[in-house]
Amino acid sequence: MLGLQAFFFYIFAFIAVGSALMVVLAKNPVHSVLFLILTFVAAAGLFLLAGAEFLALILIVVYVGAVAILFLFVVMMLDLDVGQLKSRAIQYAPFGAIIAVLLLAELIIAGSGTIADPVLASQTALPMAEAGGASNIEALGNVLYTRYILFFQLAGLILFVAMIGAIVLTLRHKEKVRRQSIPDQVARNPSTSIEVKQVESGRGI
Amino acid sequence: MTDFFSLYLWPGLIILAQSVLFLVVLLVLIAYILLADRKIWAAVQMRRGPNVVGPFGLFQSFADLLKFALKEPIIPASSDKPVFLLAPLVAVTLALATFAVIPVAQGWVIADINIGILFVFAISSLEVYGVIMGGWASNSKYAFLGALRSAAQMVSYEVSIGFVIVTVLLCVGSLNLSEIVLAQTTGLGTMLGLPATFLDWHWLGLFPMFVVFFISALAETNRPPFDLPEAESELVAGYMVEYSATPYMMFMLGEYAAITLMCCLTTILFLGGWLPPFDFAPFTWVPGFIWFVIKGGLVFFMFAMVKAFVPRYRYDQLMRLGWKVFLPISLGMVVLTALVVQTFGWGAAA
Repeated sequence: MLGLQAFFFYIFAFIAVGSALMVVLAKNPVHSVLFLILTFVAAAGLFLLAGAEFLALILIVVYVGAVAILFLFVVMMLDLDVGQLKSRAIQYAPFGAIIAVLLLAELIIAGSGTIADPVLASQTALPMAEAGGASNIEALGNVLYTRYILFFQLAGLILFVAMIGAIVLTLRHKEKVRRQSIPDQVARNPSTSIEVKQVESGRGI
Repeated sequence: MTDFFSLYLWPGLIILAQSVLFLVVLLVLIAYILLADRKIWAAVQMRRGPNVVGPFGLFQSFADLLKFALKEPIIPASSDKPVFLLAPLVAVTLALATFAVIPVAQGWVIADINIGILFVFAISSLEVYGVIMGGWASNSKYAFLGALRSAAQMVSYEVSIGFVIVTVLLCVGSLNLSEIVLAQTTGLGTMLGLPATFLDWHWLGLFPMFVVFFISALAETNRPPFDLPEAESELVAGYMVEYSATPYMMFMLGEYAAITLMCCLTTILFLGGWLPPFDFAPFTWVPGFIWFVIKGGLVFFMFAMVKAFVPRYRYDQLMRLGWKVFLPISLGMVVLTALVVQTFGWGAAA
């Protein structure tokens, strides 16, 4: 990595790390989510630099464009008491520490592999196999829809089941709600909707 | 040191100059699109529209620009100031950034990247942040409700826009916007033995998708009849209600830049981009850029006419249309298009 690429790598890396820190440190939960979004965007930039252009843009479309908006919705709608949250946060510190140590160990193992056997590492560290000059998205599609079609479909099925589950849990049919039925409205005509009554004077209906 | 100049500085300066030129032309065009919008709206309602500044009101947009720039921006005391000021910036920057991959003529594009259409889709999925940040940071009920509506609306219609793009990609076999245009030199017309004409463009072959895309584009850019985020009868001005002066102008600019982008995208995906309507003598003399602007203008005319004579949707109707009508139609068309392309060997699969 040279010149411009290194320059942009450090910019994105610093933004990613800095904004990830701010996710934890920001006082306002909405600011935390906004910093989380910035972290996603910086990570997408890092993907781009690694040559994984499809992953970069999918990260933006899926995570920033949809998932983070849901986060933002939830956080904005909840009436969060930040002080209370902060005082309880210390309870979770041990779990956080364990996860941090695990991740650090993984990174060290991955990194030391590069140092111990640079030849092997140079073959495995490629983010995408260069499939005969095919573009990134073509290579991914070729693998995803042939070799891994079962896993791909299973993942889709799991998401589908989860979606149906969420809908079933939240859907309630209220009896007295007035609903609009567009076919009914279109099918109305004077003979089905108007009734003529002879009203005697002084009586009313 | 010479490496530095030849590798980075010189190409960088060229790209910078191109971008500045493109942006200036684009912003002037947006100024006139804004005026055209008001003029068309006025004409439908038998009014004159803006006609005081300059001949026929031609300088109205620039007068508005000056007015907005010179007024004092008022920031509500209880607003979240950094986010409040960041929101219009986000809106305008993202809307303008997308134009980097839009090809206006053969080879006239700032960044001719392989995944152009995906880039446009990704950046336009971020545009909702300007709205939602502005609505939340204003610390006002109207603004917040407008932002929530807008976010739900934009996310919903992005789904059908995504599927429409997928059908076009199935026919083209590339995500590069220039290649999408060039793929439209052959199509239904040439299959019948005709010379290359406007019948080859995707609008005919994918007509249902063209309609779905146009309506979704209206919803995605918060244009009437789907302008519920700023429904003035209910929400005053929605997410923009607390904004004034330059920040307000930036929101407006972002909105019109997004509309222009959607016009360009419709032109590229369905109306053959810079291709002439008939591929013979007098039509091929006109440069592609001119054709692109004419087609984009035509799409914008449709946008403006819809604004002028279609009444506003109710919010539940909007959501019903997006999820219960457009999503099944576009999903079905993706399957159908894939089937046709695969069986008959048309398009990219051949």
